[in-house]
Amino acid sequence: MNDMTPSQAERADKLQGMGCKRKRVEDIRFVQGKGNYVDDLKLPGMLYGDFTRSPYGHARIKKIDATKAKALPGVLAVLTAADLKPLSLHYMPTLAGDVQAVLAEEKVLFQNQEVAFIIADDRYVAADAAELVEVEYEELPVLVDPFKAMAARAPVLREDIKDKTDGAHGKRKHYNHIFAWEIGDKEATDQAFTKAEVTIKELISYQRVHPCPLETCQCVASFDKIKGELTVWGTFQAPHVIRTVASLISKIPEHKIHVIAPDIGGGFGNKVGAYPGYICAVVASIVTGRPVKWVEDRIENLSTTSFARDYHMTTEIAARKDGKVTGLRVHVLADHGAFDSCADPSKWPAGFFNIVTGSYDFPVAHCAVDGVYTNKAPGGVAYRCSFRVTEAAYCIERAMDILAQKLGMDPAELRLKNLIGREQFPYQSALGWEYDSGDYHTAMKKAMDAVGYGKLREEQKAKQEAFKRGETRELMGIGVIFFTEIVGAGPSRNCDILGIAMFDSAEIRIHPTGAVIARMGSKSQGQGHETTYAQIIATELGSPADDIMIEEGNTDTAPYGLGTYGSRSTPTAGAATAMAARKIKAKAQMIAADLLEVSEYDLEWDIDRFRVKGNPERFKTMKELAWAAYNRVPKGLEPGLEAVNYYDPPNMTYPFGAYICVVDVDIDTGVTKVRRFYALDDCGTRINPMIIEGQVHGGLTEAFGIAMGQEIRYDEVGNVTGPTFMDYFLPTAVETPKWETDWTTTPSPHHPIGAKGVGESPNVGGVPCFANAVNDAFKFLGSTHIPMPHDHWRTWTVAEKLGLHG
Amino acid sequence: MAKVQVTMTVNGKSVDGLVEPRTLLIHFLREQLNLTGPHIGCDTSHCGACTVDLDNRSVKSCTMFAVQADGAEVLTIEGMAAPDGTLHALQEGFREMHGLQCGYCTPGMILRGYRLLKENPNPSEDEIRFGIAGNLCRCTGYQNIVKAIQYAAAKLSGTPVKEAAE
Amino acid sequence: MIPGSFAYHRPKSVAEAVAMLADLGADARPLAGGHSLIPMMKLRLAAPEHLVDLGRIKELKGIRADGADIVIGAMTTQHELIGDATLAAKLPILRETALVIADPQVRYVGTLGGNVANGDPGNDMPAVMLCLGAVYQIAGKGGERRMAARDFYEGAYMTALEAGEMMTAIRIPAPPAGHGFAYEKLKRKVGDYATAAAAVIVTMSGGRVATCSIGLTNVAETPLWAEEAAKIVAGSGLDAATVAKAVAAAEAITSPASDNRGPAAYRKKMAGVMVARALARAKSRAA
Repeated sequence: MNDMTPSQAERADKLQGMGCKRKRVEDIRFVQGKGNYVDDLKLPGMLYGDFTRSPYGHARIKKIDATKAKALPGVLAVLTAADLKPLSLHYMPTLAGDVQAVLAEEKVLFQNQEVAFIIADDRYVAADAAELVEVEYEELPVLVDPFKAMAARAPVLREDIKDKTDGAHGKRKHYNHIFAWEIGDKEATDQAFTKAEVTIKELISYQRVHPCPLETCQCVASFDKIKGELTVWGTFQAPHVIRTVASLISKIPEHKIHVIAPDIGGGFGNKVGAYPGYICAVVASIVTGRPVKWVEDRIENLSTTSFARDYHMTTEIAARKDGKVTGLRVHVLADHGAFDSCADPSKWPAGFFNIVTGSYDFPVAHCAVDGVYTNKAPGGVAYRCSFRVTEAAYCIERAMDILAQKLGMDPAELRLKNLIGREQFPYQSALGWEYDSGDYHTAMKKAMDAVGYGKLREEQKAKQEAFKRGETRELMGIGVIFFTEIVGAGPSRNCDILGIAMFDSAEIRIHPTGAVIARMGSKSQGQGHETTYAQIIATELGSPADDIMIEEGNTDTAPYGLGTYGSRSTPTAGAATAMAARKIKAKAQMIAADLLEVSEYDLEWDIDRFRVKGNPERFKTMKELAWAAYNRVPKGLEPGLEAVNYYDPPNMTYPFGAYICVVDVDIDTGVTKVRRFYALDDCGTRINPMIIEGQVHGGLTEAFGIAMGQEIRYDEVGNVTGPTFMDYFLPTAVETPKWETDWTTTPSPHHPIGAKGVGESPNVGGVPCFANAVNDAFKFLGSTHIPMPHDHWRTWTVAEKLGLHG
Repeated sequence: MAKVQVTMTVNGKSVDGLVEPRTLLIHFLREQLNLTGPHIGCDTSHCGACTVDLDNRSVKSCTMFAVQADGAEVLTIEGMAAPDGTLHALQEGFREMHGLQCGYCTPGMILRGYRLLKENPNPSEDEIRFGIAGNLCRCTGYQNIVKAIQYAAAKLSGTPVKEAAE
Repeated sequence: MIPGSFAYHRPKSVAEAVAMLADLGADARPLAGGHSLIPMMKLRLAAPEHLVDLGRIKELKGIRADGADIVIGAMTTQHELIGDATLAAKLPILRETALVIADPQVRYVGTLGGNVANGDPGNDMPAVMLCLGAVYQIAGKGGERRMAARDFYEGAYMTALEAGEMMTAIRIPAPPAGHGFAYEKLKRKVGDYATAAAAVIVTMSGGRVATCSIGLTNVAETPLWAEEAAKIVAGSGLDAATVAKAVAAAEAITSPASDNRGPAAYRKKMAGVMVARALARAKSRAA
């Protein structure tokens, strides 16, 4: 080292590696309107597809007459189930072991279900033709109440599987039953309840909502008849899985299918599975020999693609008088709509709902889930849920508040009493998970100090007295939650999608001049992977992040991955990235040793170079080693400098957080104003704090929408009410609160860089925090549980029923 | 239906097209002029992803027929940077302040920010939030979008810009 | 998302527009700002075969004083209403109302005429027009006529506009200087129609209400003029008991729809709350 060598700090800074707020690479094209989204794609001869959809929630199809539609100039063909049946494509397999109709054959099972697919010269003609398909229906009785699904004389929904008593997950109890799943020690849990000093029981329902990314689902399918090759561009969060599924159902060999996910305008779990539009576009392209584009509109998106939640959770906690919890018992009725198309890992029909013991040290617990069919859109797992973790967190956090209220304890106090202790990690939960790391008490106390929790409770008490004296018509509520997430699906021993283990991958190649290209099996839809994966590589390999290009989404070039959802990218593909980089680093070390004529063991790594121990003036930078890899490698080694890693995670990761929210409720209108929202997240090692903060802002805003107004509701005859932006509550910048973010850092002990993932945490923790805050406002008047959404009229109705309007 | 000729100035260039009367301006821009920056996010004129600047007004191009824009001056995201490629202060601000994630709402947001700052070169935070209430974002929670617009406001008026998000 | 086909016409004057509407008959609709009509056409809830674009007709623009009245051209946009100095001074309730209509982009294009003429019960301006005692100037094949806003609304999307007629201007008698005003709108979010809204104009004298006029938005098939409620507060100091009586009288004339904003019973009550809050705010602004 001499005076000319930049300092370690300067060299580290130049790398823009892990831990810094590197500006995003993807922004450069996005701020110039040069993103490449699916609908931007134009191919010569491209045709457009559109659907004719059912107005009824449950009806038999008597007749489909497409004559008028076909006669419209510009229409090439109209597909119905009859056209797809010979190809066995009128149904497609779902990720949950069910099948879903691509085009309705004998009946329709939910409003707006796909009945016919128009193929036309342009989207305007396609829209006109979709109106001209004449369908004769015979209405059938509608089932929209999941609690009535298994009644003795409930309408039969799935005639296609009516006599199948064996479902994908075991025996079916009833023709509208999908699966039963349970976990935990039932006997020990029942005993805990029998012996309990205090118990609470509540039906906690999480309403049906929709992830609603700003870009809807869409694809362009192009079948090359000459080569026998299919190329599909699409909004795919899991492009490799789409390719494998496409091959299995179309019988086109997988190496002749090219699936490309370009820029995606938000996913949030809406774009994981396959939709009828994709299948129909592929068939249309094969049939016409031309590329076919399908772009759904917003109503189609909100009313037919993967909804989220719709979980009805009967929840019981057993506890001692002093507040120590002794048991948890939950039964869930899961409404999956007409087809179970949940994007869960295959052995987990209720996702990872068994995280429902949350952050608390339950010695015993038992949880059972029954899934049922109804006349609603299919799905269930989506919307930043981490596979039902949002449902589980809402369940346990509401239940703990209800318990606190019964005990007359402050909800934060009750939590502090029951949080898993730092010394208990790695922690074996009563429902089978091993939580990797956490220091919950520190995080909880940090959050409480940051907001001045004690003072807030004093203020609340004073306001309650003022309310009782008639001096104010506003109620103050404080919401407290402490969530534990489970992400990073997942270890091959228990996580697979349609039989493919849920590892992920990274391939890194260094060019002679030291520039790097890397591809991962994940697929960003706004999470900034082009920026953050480069930061990992920069730190591991000492190459400046700006010299590292990251690519995702092209299944021909990216190594196989299971895609991006469930906050899995950092835990799996991020790990693969570090591991692949370390393979390269190991080889580079051997090259360096050879060049410097020392043993590898005499070298040490210093930011961006290998240097000789004790003799730091003798070093080789990674850039020099890259060049050497292409012209002078040690005997026995191949030239080149690249590596692939397929990472099978040893465990899930467990981010956690403490959120506190303050609201003021106007009882005369039911309007709730969010005064303050403080979110402390622990996602382990923080790769890019700016991007983490952005993820938290976005997730909290989604949580705000869910808690305060979103719902996809069906009336008693199966009409979906409000599947447009007129009614679906998407807050604008005016309603959206200001977010305060904070953190602690408890690295994951089993992850190569100690990172856990963060994308979904704010939705997981945010929703119960808002809900607890609104509930907290009314507690002192005797209210125990108010279901979501906490929109104006429902909140006003609570006040009305409590007699507050005089 | 017989097609109609339209002429307008888009990003400084005069363009002609043949459209059906029902052709929406957003489709004319995206399909005929290949300006795919403005996006479509909804069916009911709420999301603002299609926002352009038309005759000095922020306009949702999905709620206007191309024929109504005959003779108009239109600015889209593709026209925001200077001819030499220098990014507009808003484009720079969105990047500096992490005001975008998936990028889908961004062209509409930037065009709305453009007119907002012309209406009010030094807006308060509340004025910014009210000013962008016709533009929905699902990724960012708006907080950094506000900072991005504040950054641009400062830059355009020559006052010192705040440090990037800490 | 895609509207049906139509033929497009672009008249250059009111006379030309009226002639076109008469010729083309019931299948023709005038196109003002289009931000009510075009969304309905995109959902195919409206499918006119002809659109008569009023966007180039200069006679339909402009805001001017005419004696004691303010006359606003029907094609004046909400944005123009917000920025107009005359209105800010003489009719501040218009600016306050316009600011809670939709969002900035819609306000740049949406017109006052469009907002008052189509009979959409969700529109905000009609109740304000009822409150102000506005008069609509209407052109048809037979010439020009005027009609009181209070007589104009017949039902949801049903008004007294005859076939072939169009609104050309809105004439508003300016309230006295020093009047109090408020447009109080409860909504789920910016851009939403009202759950319930109330427009109030008052003048005070010696701490008591000299004159009062109240309009209600989106709590019936038409905008409502709460004449009885206004009579109740006249002469009072807006004490709690009187306001409560006025609120009850206002609620009594409402028949709101149950929708995603809430059940009818809730919206009825909210109409009352908006009246009470609008009265309080209007009083605080009155000289």
